[in-house]
Amino acid sequence: MDWTLLIVQLLNGLQLGVLLFLLAAGLTLIFGIMDFINLAHGSLYMVGAYFCATFTEFMDSFLLGVLVALPLTFLVGLVVEIVIARPLYGRDHLDHVLATFGVILFFDALVHLVWGPEGYAIPLPAFLDGQVGLALGLVLPTYRVLIIAVGLFIALGLYMVVSWTRVGMLIRAGASNRRMVAALGVNIDLLFTFVFAGGAVLAGVAGLLIAPITEANIGMGNDILLVAFVVIIIGGIGSIRGAFVAAILIGLIDTMGRSFLDDFMKLFLSNQNAETAAPAFSAMLIYVLMAAILYFRPQGMFPPRVR
Amino acid sequence: MSGLTLRSGVTFGSLAFLAIVPPLTGAMDAPFVLDIVMRMLCLAIAAISLNLILGYGGMISFGHAAYIGIGAYAVGIPAYYEVYSGFLQIPLAVGMAALFALVTGFICLRTRGVHFIMITLAFAQMAFFTFVSIEEYGGDDGLVIDFKSEFIGWLDLEEPVTLYYVIFVCLLGTIYLVKRVVASRFGMVIQGTMGNEARMRALGYNVFLYRLICYVISGAICGLAGALLGNFTGFISPEMMDWTRSGELIFMVVLGGSGSLFGPVLGTAVFVIAEEYLTPVMNLFAAGSGVYWHIVFGPFLVLVVLFGRRGIDGLLDGRGHRDD
Repeated sequence: MDWTLLIVQLLNGLQLGVLLFLLAAGLTLIFGIMDFINLAHGSLYMVGAYFCATFTEFMDSFLLGVLVALPLTFLVGLVVEIVIARPLYGRDHLDHVLATFGVILFFDALVHLVWGPEGYAIPLPAFLDGQVGLALGLVLPTYRVLIIAVGLFIALGLYMVVSWTRVGMLIRAGASNRRMVAALGVNIDLLFTFVFAGGAVLAGVAGLLIAPITEANIGMGNDILLVAFVVIIIGGIGSIRGAFVAAILIGLIDTMGRSFLDDFMKLFLSNQNAETAAPAFSAMLIYVLMAAILYFRPQGMFPPRVR
Repeated sequence: MSGLTLRSGVTFGSLAFLAIVPPLTGAMDAPFVLDIVMRMLCLAIAAISLNLILGYGGMISFGHAAYIGIGAYAVGIPAYYEVYSGFLQIPLAVGMAALFALVTGFICLRTRGVHFIMITLAFAQMAFFTFVSIEEYGGDDGLVIDFKSEFIGWLDLEEPVTLYYVIFVCLLGTIYLVKRVVASRFGMVIQGTMGNEARMRALGYNVFLYRLICYVISGAICGLAGALLGNFTGFISPEMMDWTRSGELIFMVVLGGSGSLFGPVLGTAVFVIAEEYLTPVMNLFAAGSGVYWHIVFGPFLVLVVLFGRRGIDGLLDGRGHRDD
């Protein structure tokens, strides 16, 4: 086995994992506190990427693009919360799914209208575009290392905010028992509006981080959204820690599956069968895992205590 | 069932209209309208099947498009091996869909609420990726069905009008079947589990088993819808079971009125009409804007959810009764 390849793929898996975490963190809090299924979370990921692409081009600087894109994504998150989500709290899950499905269609078409059907590339500044040598003679693109570092840094920051600050305490309390928190005089609606918009920013960060690699494109949020849902279900709805562990796990499993499953399956199957079956099976792997977890442990790996 | 209400008027009026669509489109020389209505009828059967579990049983399946795909491939794969007999294809479609429902239902139905939504979605994704991967049957690109199902000369489905009436009769059969199921003791138990599961359990019903049977019936009907849709389009691809298709099916049910017998048909009609005609209508107002029909359709969906809770069926009957 080629060890360099293995380590590179592990880091790629980690990269996918931290991106998934950025999406899943907002999703799991929105879900955990307000019991609201937000399919449109992926649209915020896409919107963040497009904002960043536009302003990077406009101001000719990736960093400035990021700085402008984040508050704008926050605003979009606020609008979606106030217009769409707020009237739907306490309603059926079915209503959430349908309404936010409508929001996805709307955002996809809107992006199509504003930015056109083509993908939108984000050029990286020179100091991020190079490669960086790591230990053991490994060479990685600087930007991928940056994604992992930023992702882990945000995860750590989020963890500290949620565990050690007053706001974080309210968020955790809201996730365990919303009514009780409201009864104690906390303005849970306001808190939630900010959690929602904050989640939108995290989703936007994930989108604009990946966009220089994949380009910003329409529907980019839809596929990763499904995976993010798998993450929060496996991790336990409402749990940041669960979302983190599950995101890294899913990121690794998915990446490893895609790169090594065909070799692995060749041990049992003919070459040709393995080559056709492996991509599909690796795409399925995370769903199989989710189905298994739901079957044996429906509340996920780290469910928040006390409902 | 008392007298002629607005709702029964609309139901029978729509069915009577659907019965005379082929001669009408024939007279107007508008075969594409016949195609649109045929597609609508296939989707309506699927929507009715979803409504059986969603509207009456409270099981929100977010993976129902998988059954359409399974039904369609049960026509396409035999056709690929030049087996065109409908007597094989149709039972195969219904059987495979029922089997898929049985196996996945056994796992899904242990969960509730959002977990159920997500696990049905997960299984549909697995089905989707399975068909994407089988390159023998076209993979991503899909599969062309050269000849439609054959019924030893009894029916010629290549003839659009014949195909139309076959689909129409299937729709009538489905409506009748669901009506009987819902009104039966079995259907009462299913509706009871939606209202209060704990109470049904306390009354001694094996809720899991009842739900599983209901889920399998629904899957089987949807498999039939897929087989018909495959015959109609003559082309099948994994895209038929994309998760957005499942979302659209839910929308058809809710728009029409979940838990009403005929509502899903009306919901499907509105959906298909919007899909087909929103583009040209928007082009009338601003040339080229029709590509963006989702900009209108998405908010429409949101508005239906926010304000039209009981769907079209609720408009037809303001008194709050769910079924007549």
